Amino acid sequence: MTGTNHKIRIESLNVNIDGQHILKNIDLTIPGREITCVIGPSGCGKSTFLKSLNRMHDENPDVNVSGSIFVDNQDIYDRNINVIDIRKKMGLLAQHPCPLPMSVFDNVAYGPRIHSLDSKKEISKTVEHYLRLAGLWDEVKDKLHSSAAPLSLGQQQRLCLARGLATEPEYILGDEATSSLDPISTKKIEQLFVTLKEEYTIILVTHILRQARRLADYIVFMYLGEIIEAGPADEFFNNPKQQLTKDYIAGSFS
Amino acid sequence: MHRLRSIKERSARWFMRIIAYCSILFLIIIGIALFVKAFPAIKNNGLWELLTSARWRPSGGKFGFLPFIISTLYVSAIAIAIALPLSLLTAIYLNSYASKGIRRFFAPVIDLLSGIPPVIYGVWGTITIVPFIANYIAPHFSGQSSGYSVMAGGIVLAVMIIPLLVGLLVEIFNSIPKEMTDASFSLGATKLQTVKRVILRRSLPGIVAVTVLSVSRAFGETMAVLMVCGNSTLMPHSLLDACYPIPALIANNYGEMLSIPGYESALMLAAFLLFVIVFLFNGISRLTLNHLEKRFHF
Ligand SMILES: Nc1ncnc2c1ncn2[C@@H]1O[C@H](COP(=O)(O)OP(=O)(O)OP(=O)(O)O)[C@@H](O)[C@H]1O
Ligand SMILES: [Mg+2]
Repeated sequence: MTGTNHKIRIESLNVNIDGQHILKNIDLTIPGREITCVIGPSGCGKSTFLKSLNRMHDENPDVNVSGSIFVDNQDIYDRNINVIDIRKKMGLLAQHPCPLPMSVFDNVAYGPRIHSLDSKKEISKTVEHYLRLAGLWDEVKDKLHSSAAPLSLGQQQRLCLARGLATEPEYILGDEATSSLDPISTKKIEQLFVTLKEEYTIILVTHILRQARRLADYIVFMYLGEIIEAGPADEFFNNPKQQLTKDYIAGSFS
Repeated sequence: MHRLRSIKERSARWFMRIIAYCSILFLIIIGIALFVKAFPAIKNNGLWELLTSARWRPSGGKFGFLPFIISTLYVSAIAIAIALPLSLLTAIYLNSYASKGIRRFFAPVIDLLSGIPPVIYGVWGTITIVPFIANYIAPHFSGQSSGYSVMAGGIVLAVMIIPLLVGLLVEIFNSIPKEMTDASFSLGATKLQTVKRVILRRSLPGIVAVTVLSVSRAFGETMAVLMVCGNSTLMPHSLLDACYPIPALIANNYGEMLSIPGYESALMLAAFLLFVIVFLFNGISRLTLNHLEKRFHF
């Protein structure tokens, strides 16, 4: 696929978990090579939405997904599509960073290795590159080969970012990717996302309205499993159309 | 009020500490008691002779334990060699592939199977495995065999410990947080890759520990092996030969040991040897595990 038609088009997406209707009739187009922020109160279905973009719900038999999601004009829920290709293309950074039970190095090398990058030299180069990108290199360069488990939560979050990027996805789905970071690291990662949008399409779930203001080109506002309003960030913040959006931006609920 | 609570706290701690230490104390007491009882046999025959001789003639005062030691190790090794791979595959299937319904069906079945008394496995072995070996397997390998053999013991023991192993392994696999396997999947790993690189790797210490437990169980299993091993005091040279594991030896001869001089002490030595085998095995595994834990990062 050439990059020109990078975009996601979602048609009547519905997600049921354990018989509960969690995402309701989502119709949405997400622009390519921009940062889209998904905002909304806790429990409104942001994570559920993000997971449906890389078919993580396949792993949970209690979840039932219907509808279509076209990525680069291909329906990722089409039966002939290989879910592995989808997951490699749509790099998901989960809400709770979870290092794999191996060393720091092996964590970052995990994706490249399973996607059959074999050369040792290439792998070391990749690992260093992405650890630097995630701003973790200096902190871990002396303990690359010891376990990733004792890293601090913020370090784990950056490790998972490096691990996700090392798989070389085309889309980045970040679920509160900076939630455990201090303001300075947050700034750095935000800066990173801004540079990355040259090549990647980035969708970030965030709780922090200010972060959405700083980063977003496009905003999706969700409430109780529905999309209340979606549009370019300027318009969304300066001229919201729905009363609910106005209230949310004004901070009358969160 | 505060005082009372602190007294409660302290006495609870002491009480639990004493109970914990008691279990170690019992172990030491059992070891010492067995050794004291076994000492006459060691003094009369010499430890080296007892351990390396294959001649077993209690009436002539000859107590060579080698065939029994070998039988115990042999049968247990066969059992674990059969049981471990099968149990691992079953547990992986139940954890990562089976549907919820199948999982729900299996859990109580496995508990039930691990609760069946050994003597029933023994009976089953004598009426199925033993004749099967005699009629279908032995003819292919030159030998005449009654079917009562190392192989029969190994198979029956394996069948016995599989439910135990599967139950424990499934529990270990299920303790892996879903976030961890999800992390692997969302990086584009297949199920098999996730099983190999995340689930098995993370479970390695547990797998080793569970294996040790079931091998120790196999070392000590008496009834089932007694019924299918043939109980010959000769050295087993092949899988189809009869053999005589230590627990079976003790159980079979405990009644008559008082009528032959030196016999009681020899059987106590047998018990002591079993004790030492289990002890050494656990110790070595512990060391291996420590080494593994340092080497890999779980
Ligand atoms: N595996 C699950 N089983 C049952 N219910 C679930 C599951 N996952 C999500 N839900 C439900 O779906 C709804 C949306 O959850 P989701 O995690 O998507 O919210 P969120 O917007 O990401 O919230 P937060 O901002 O707190 O992370 C919640 O009501 C939650 O209880
Ligand atoms: Mg969430």
